Amino acid sequence: MTKEEIIKPENLVYKKPTLMNDNPMHYCPGCSHGVVHKLIAEVIEEMGMENQTVGVSPVGCAVFAYNYLDIDWEEAAHGRAPAVATAIKRLWPNRLVFTYQGDGDLACIGTAETIHALNRGENITIIFINNAIYGMTGGQMAPTTLVGMKTATCPYGRDVTIHGYPLKMTEIAATLEGTAYVTRQSVHSVPAIRKAKKAIRKAFENSMNGKGSNLVEIVSTCNSGWKMTPVAANQWMEEHMFPFYPLGDLKDKE
Amino acid sequence: MAKIKGAVIVDKERCKGCNLCVVACPFNVLSLTAKEVNKKGYTFAQMAVEEACTGCASCATVCPDGCISVYKVKIQ
Repeated sequence: MTKEEIIKPENLVYKKPTLMNDNPMHYCPGCSHGVVHKLIAEVIEEMGMENQTVGVSPVGCAVFAYNYLDIDWEEAAHGRAPAVATAIKRLWPNRLVFTYQGDGDLACIGTAETIHALNRGENITIIFINNAIYGMTGGQMAPTTLVGMKTATCPYGRDVTIHGYPLKMTEIAATLEGTAYVTRQSVHSVPAIRKAKKAIRKAFENSMNGKGSNLVEIVSTCNSGWKMTPVAANQWMEEHMFPFYPLGDLKDKE
Repeated sequence: MAKIKGAVIVDKERCKGCNLCVVACPFNVLSLTAKEVNKKGYTFAQMAVEEACTGCASCATVCPDGCISVYKVKIQ
Protein backbone atom coordinates (compact mmCIF):
# COMPACT_ATOMS: atom_id res chain seq x y z
CA MET A 1 0.00 0.00 0.00
CA THR A 2 1.50 3.32 -1.01
CA LYS A 3 1.59 6.50 1.00
CA GLU A 4 -0.97 8.08 -1.35
CA GLU A 5 -3.44 5.25 -0.69
CA ILE A 6 -3.14 5.69 3.08
CA ILE A 7 -3.44 9.48 3.04
CA LYS A 8 -7.20 9.90 2.69
CA PRO A 9 -9.52 12.00 4.87
CA GLU A 10 -11.26 8.91 6.29
CA ASN A 11 -7.95 7.53 7.59
CA LEU A 12 -6.98 10.67 9.50
CA VAL A 13 -6.15 9.88 13.15
CA TYR A 14 -4.34 13.00 14.34
CA LYS A 15 -4.07 16.58 13.18
CA LYS A 16 -3.44 20.00 14.62
CA PRO A 17 -6.49 21.07 16.69
CA THR A 18 -8.79 23.37 14.71
CA LEU A 19 -8.67 26.00 17.47
CA MET A 20 -4.98 26.41 16.74
CA ASN A 21 -4.73 28.63 13.68
CA ASP A 22 -2.16 28.64 10.90
CA ASN A 23 -0.06 31.55 12.18
CA PRO A 24 3.51 30.31 12.51
CA MET A 25 4.44 30.39 16.20
CA HIS A 26 7.25 32.68 17.30
CA TYR A 27 8.53 30.15 19.83
CA CYS A 28 12.01 28.69 19.36
CA PRO A 29 12.22 25.26 17.72
CA GLY A 30 11.34 22.56 20.25
CA CYS A 31 9.78 24.92 22.82
CA SER A 32 7.38 23.29 25.29
CA HIS A 33 4.93 26.18 24.89
CA GLY A 34 3.73 24.81 21.56
CA VAL A 35 2.80 21.45 23.05
CA VAL A 36 0.91 23.05 25.93
CA HIS A 37 -0.95 25.38 23.52
CA LYS A 38 -1.95 22.31 21.55
CA LEU A 39 -3.18 20.50 24.67
CA ILE A 40 -5.26 23.49 25.77
CA ALA A 41 -6.82 23.72 22.31
CA GLU A 42 -7.61 20.00 22.30
CA VAL A 43 -9.18 20.09 25.77
CA ILE A 44 -11.33 23.13 24.97
CA GLU A 45 -12.51 21.44 21.76
CA GLU A 46 -13.32 18.20 23.58
CA MET A 47 -15.29 20.11 26.21
CA GLY A 48 -17.16 22.05 23.50
CA MET A 49 -16.26 25.37 25.13
CA GLU A 50 -14.83 27.09 22.03
CA ASN A 51 -17.17 30.06 22.32
CA GLN A 52 -17.16 30.34 26.12
CA THR A 53 -13.48 30.33 26.97
CA VAL A 54 -11.46 33.36 28.01
CA GLY A 55 -7.73 33.00 28.36
CA VAL A 56 -5.53 35.51 30.13
CA SER A 57 -2.09 35.75 28.62
CA PRO A 58 0.94 36.82 30.63
CA VAL A 59 4.05 38.84 29.94
CA GLY A 60 6.78 36.49 28.82
CA CYS A 61 7.22 34.29 25.80
CA ALA A 62 3.53 33.36 25.85
CA VAL A 63 2.50 37.02 25.54
CA PHE A 64 1.44 36.32 21.95
CA ALA A 65 -0.63 33.25 22.83
CA TYR A 66 -3.67 35.14 21.51
CA ASN A 67 -2.20 34.97 18.03
CA TYR A 68 -2.31 31.18 17.96
CA LEU A 69 -5.47 29.97 19.69
CA ASP A 70 -8.81 31.17 18.34
CA ILE A 71 -10.56 31.82 21.65
CA ASP A 72 -11.16 35.06 23.56
CA TRP A 73 -8.04 36.41 25.21
CA GLU A 74 -7.24 39.19 27.62
CA GLU A 75 -3.74 40.56 28.06
CA ALA A 76 -2.76 41.25 31.65
CA ALA A 77 -0.02 43.41 33.11
CA HIS A 78 3.09 41.54 34.19
CA GLY A 79 2.16 38.98 36.84
CA ARG A 80 -1.41 40.24 37.20
CA ALA A 81 -3.15 37.54 35.16
CA PRO A 82 -4.86 35.86 38.16
CA ALA A 83 -6.32 39.22 39.22
CA VAL A 84 -7.70 39.85 35.71
CA ALA A 85 -9.00 36.27 35.54
CA THR A 86 -10.76 36.78 38.89
CA ALA A 87 -12.66 39.76 37.50
CA ILE A 88 -13.61 37.96 34.30
CA LYS A 89 -14.83 34.85 36.13
CA ARG A 90 -16.85 36.86 38.65
CA LEU A 91 -18.54 38.86 35.91
CA TRP A 92 -19.07 35.85 33.63
CA PRO A 93 -19.45 32.79 35.87
CA ASN A 94 -20.44 30.60 32.90
CA ARG A 95 -17.15 31.18 31.09
CA LEU A 96 -14.15 28.92 31.27
CA VAL A 97 -11.40 31.24 32.47
CA PHE A 98 -7.77 30.27 32.63
CA THR A 99 -4.45 32.06 32.88
CA TYR A 100 -1.30 30.94 31.12
CA GLN A 101 1.83 32.10 32.92
CA GLY A 102 5.51 31.43 33.03
CA ASP A 103 7.65 31.15 36.12
CA GLY A 104 8.96 34.70 35.96
CA ASP A 105 5.42 36.03 35.65
CA LEU A 106 3.76 33.77 38.21
CA ALA A 107 6.47 32.99 40.76
CA CYS A 108 8.28 36.33 40.83
CA ILE A 109 6.41 39.40 39.70
CA GLY A 110 2.93 38.03 40.35
CA THR A 111 3.54 35.99 43.50
CA ALA A 112 1.02 37.96 45.54
CA GLU A 113 -1.71 37.89 42.89
CA THR A 114 -1.22 34.17 42.34
CA ILE A 115 -1.28 33.18 46.00
CA HIS A 116 -4.27 35.36 46.84
CA ALA A 117 -6.32 34.29 43.81
CA LEU A 118 -5.65 30.64 44.64
CA ASN A 119 -6.38 31.21 48.32
CA ARG A 120 -9.69 32.93 47.58
CA GLY A 121 -10.74 29.81 45.72
CA GLU A 122 -11.59 31.66 42.53
CA ASN A 123 -12.99 29.20 39.99
CA ILE A 124 -10.15 29.67 37.55
CA THR A 125 -7.33 27.50 36.27
CA ILE A 126 -3.74 28.68 36.30
CA ILE A 127 -1.43 26.98 33.80
CA PHE A 128 2.09 27.49 35.11
CA ILE A 129 4.96 26.90 32.69
CA ASN A 130 8.08 26.36 34.77
CA ASN A 131 11.32 26.34 32.80
CA ALA A 132 13.49 27.65 35.67
CA ILE A 133 14.61 30.70 33.72
CA TYR A 134 13.44 34.01 32.26
CA GLY A 135 13.26 32.76 28.69
CA MET A 136 12.02 35.81 26.79
CA THR A 137 14.49 38.36 28.12
CA GLY A 138 17.57 36.23 27.54
CA GLY A 139 17.84 33.54 30.18
CA GLN A 140 18.22 35.42 33.46
CA MET A 141 17.85 33.76 36.87
CA ALA A 142 14.26 33.25 38.00
CA PRO A 143 12.98 32.36 41.49
CA THR A 144 12.59 28.79 40.22
CA THR A 145 16.18 28.44 38.95
CA LEU A 146 17.80 25.32 40.40
CA VAL A 147 20.68 25.55 42.87
CA GLY A 148 23.94 25.50 40.89
CA MET A 149 22.20 26.17 37.56
CA LYS A 150 24.04 28.64 35.34
CA THR A 151 22.06 31.53 33.83
CA ALA A 152 22.91 34.89 32.28
CA THR A 153 22.74 36.64 35.67
CA CYS A 154 24.39 33.88 37.72
CA PRO A 155 27.15 32.66 35.39
CA TYR A 156 28.85 30.69 38.19
CA GLY A 157 25.65 28.89 39.09
CA ARG A 158 22.93 29.81 41.58
CA ASP A 159 24.53 30.16 45.00
CA VAL A 160 22.15 29.84 47.95
CA THR A 161 24.24 32.16 50.13
CA ILE A 162 23.68 35.01 47.66
CA HIS A 163 20.53 34.13 45.71
CA GLY A 164 18.54 32.04 48.16
CA TYR A 165 16.65 28.86 47.38
CA PRO A 166 14.36 27.99 44.45
CA LEU A 167 10.68 28.66 45.06
CA LYS A 168 8.24 25.75 44.82
CA MET A 169 5.02 27.60 44.01
CA THR A 170 3.02 24.43 43.44
CA GLU A 171 3.85 23.10 46.91
CA ILE A 172 2.78 26.44 48.37
CA ALA A 173 -0.49 26.31 46.40
CA ALA A 174 -1.21 22.81 47.70
CA THR A 175 -1.24 24.12 51.28
CA LEU A 176 -3.86 26.78 50.53
CA GLU A 177 -7.49 26.10 51.49
CA GLY A 178 -8.96 27.56 48.31
CA THR A 179 -7.29 25.24 45.81
CA ALA A 180 -9.17 22.24 44.46
CA TYR A 181 -6.60 20.61 42.23
CA VAL A 182 -2.86 21.20 42.26
CA THR A 183 -0.66 19.12 40.03
CA ARG A 184 2.76 19.10 38.40
CA GLN A 185 3.13 17.63 34.93
CA SER A 186 5.56 17.70 32.05
CA VAL A 187 5.41 17.48 28.24
CA HIS A 188 8.74 15.82 27.41
CA SER A 189 7.39 12.45 26.21
CA VAL A 190 4.20 10.96 24.78
CA PRO A 191 2.96 9.43 28.09
CA ALA A 192 3.76 12.67 29.95
CA ILE A 193 1.84 14.68 27.34
CA ARG A 194 -1.21 12.40 27.71
CA LYS A 195 -1.09 12.81 31.51
CA ALA A 196 -0.71 16.57 31.20
CA LYS A 197 -3.77 16.70 28.93
CA LYS A 198 -5.84 14.77 31.50
CA ALA A 199 -4.66 17.15 34.22
CA ILE A 200 -5.65 20.22 32.19
CA ARG A 201 -9.04 18.67 31.44
CA LYS A 202 -9.63 17.95 35.12
CA ALA A 203 -8.60 21.45 36.15
CA PHE A 204 -10.90 23.04 33.54
CA GLU A 205 -13.81 20.83 34.64
CA ASN A 206 -13.20 21.69 38.30
CA SER A 207 -13.27 25.39 37.54
CA MET A 208 -16.55 25.01 35.61
CA ASN A 209 -18.06 22.96 38.46
CA GLY A 210 -17.19 25.64 41.02
CA LYS A 211 -14.86 23.46 43.07
CA GLY A 212 -12.20 26.12 43.61
CA SER A 213 -8.99 27.27 42.02
CA ASN A 214 -6.73 24.94 40.09
CA LEU A 215 -3.02 25.08 39.40
CA VAL A 216 -1.40 22.95 36.71
CA GLU A 217 2.37 23.34 36.68
CA ILE A 218 4.09 22.12 33.53
CA VAL A 219 7.82 21.56 34.02
CA SER A 220 9.18 22.72 30.67
CA THR A 221 12.34 23.24 28.73
CA CYS A 222 13.85 26.45 27.44
CA ASN A 223 16.42 25.06 25.08
CA SER A 224 17.53 28.49 23.84
CA GLY A 225 17.92 29.82 27.37
CA TRP A 226 19.63 26.67 28.54
CA LYS A 227 21.80 26.73 25.39
CA MET A 228 21.04 23.14 24.37
CA THR A 229 19.33 21.32 21.54
CA PRO A 230 15.64 20.52 22.18
CA VAL A 231 16.40 16.82 22.66
CA ALA A 232 19.31 17.50 25.05
CA ALA A 233 17.13 19.98 26.95
CA ASN A 234 14.50 17.27 27.51
CA GLN A 235 17.18 14.93 28.85
CA TRP A 236 18.63 17.65 31.07
CA MET A 237 15.15 18.34 32.42
CA GLU A 238 14.63 14.67 33.27
CA GLU A 239 17.99 14.47 35.05
CA HIS A 240 18.01 17.78 36.91
CA MET A 241 14.52 19.29 37.09
CA PHE A 242 12.46 16.22 38.03
CA PRO A 243 14.41 15.38 41.23
CA PHE A 244 13.66 18.89 42.53
CA TYR A 245 10.24 19.29 40.90
CA PRO A 246 8.75 15.76 41.13
CA LEU A 247 5.78 15.11 38.85
CA GLY A 248 2.35 14.11 40.11
CA ASP A 249 -0.78 15.40 41.83
CA LEU A 250 -0.08 17.37 45.00
CA LYS A 251 -3.68 18.01 45.96
CA ASP A 252 -6.96 16.70 44.64
CA LYS A 253 -10.03 17.82 46.58
CA GLU A 254 -12.81 15.52 45.40
CA MET B 1 -3.62 -11.06 10.85
CA ALA B 2 -4.62 -7.52 10.26
CA LYS B 3 -1.74 -5.22 9.58
CA ILE B 4 -1.71 -1.55 10.44
CA LYS B 5 -0.09 0.87 8.06
CA GLY B 6 0.40 4.55 8.68
CA ALA B 7 1.61 7.67 6.98
CA VAL B 8 2.29 11.21 8.07
CA ILE B 9 2.19 14.55 6.31
CA VAL B 10 4.58 17.18 7.62
CA ASP B 11 3.66 20.81 7.01
CA LYS B 12 7.18 21.63 5.95
CA GLU B 13 6.78 25.41 5.98
CA ARG B 14 5.57 25.27 9.59
CA CYS B 15 8.27 22.82 10.71
CA LYS B 16 11.24 24.29 12.59
CA GLY B 17 13.41 21.18 12.53
CA CYS B 18 13.54 20.74 16.30
CA ASN B 19 14.12 16.98 15.90
CA LEU B 20 11.69 16.01 18.72
CA CYS B 21 9.48 13.94 16.37
CA VAL B 22 12.50 12.06 15.01
CA VAL B 23 13.47 11.03 18.55
CA ALA B 24 9.88 10.25 19.59
CA CYS B 25 9.20 7.86 16.68
CA PRO B 26 9.47 4.25 17.94
CA PHE B 27 10.23 2.90 14.43
CA ASN B 28 12.71 5.56 13.22
CA VAL B 29 10.43 6.52 10.35
CA LEU B 30 11.20 10.21 10.38
CA SER B 31 14.41 12.08 9.76
CA LEU B 32 15.40 15.67 9.15
CA THR B 33 16.40 16.71 5.67
CA ALA B 34 20.16 16.77 5.17
CA LYS B 35 20.47 19.93 3.10
CA GLU B 36 17.03 20.97 1.88
CA VAL B 37 15.51 23.85 3.88
CA ASN B 38 12.10 25.54 3.98
CA LYS B 39 11.41 29.23 3.40
CA LYS B 40 12.52 30.12 6.91
CA GLY B 41 15.82 28.27 6.47
CA TYR B 42 15.07 25.35 8.77
CA THR B 43 15.72 21.74 7.83
CA PHE B 44 12.42 19.90 8.19
CA ALA B 45 11.15 16.44 9.14
CA GLN B 46 10.14 13.97 6.46
CA MET B 47 9.28 10.28 6.16
CA ALA B 48 12.52 8.45 5.46
CA VAL B 49 11.35 4.85 5.99
CA GLU B 50 7.74 4.95 4.80
CA GLU B 51 6.90 1.25 5.19
CA ALA B 52 7.75 1.16 8.94
CA CYS B 53 5.09 3.71 9.98
CA THR B 54 2.17 2.35 12.03
CA GLY B 55 0.32 5.63 12.49
CA CYS B 56 0.85 5.69 16.28
CA ALA B 57 0.90 9.52 16.24
CA SER B 58 3.81 9.79 18.70
CA CYS B 59 5.51 12.26 16.36
CA ALA B 60 2.43 14.43 16.05
CA THR B 61 1.82 14.37 19.82
CA VAL B 62 5.26 15.73 20.68
CA CYS B 63 5.37 18.24 17.79
CA PRO B 64 5.34 21.70 19.43
CA ASP B 65 4.18 23.41 16.25
CA GLY B 66 1.43 20.99 15.24
CA CYS B 67 2.97 20.37 11.81
CA ILE B 68 2.20 16.67 11.57
CA SER B 69 -1.03 15.01 10.42
CA VAL B 70 -1.23 11.24 10.87
CA TYR B 71 -3.19 8.75 8.76
CA LYS B 72 -3.74 5.12 9.64
CA VAL B 73 -5.34 2.20 7.82
CA LYS B 74 -5.96 -1.42 8.78
CA ILE B 75 -5.19 -3.97 6.07
CA GLN B 76 -7.17 -7.20 6.46
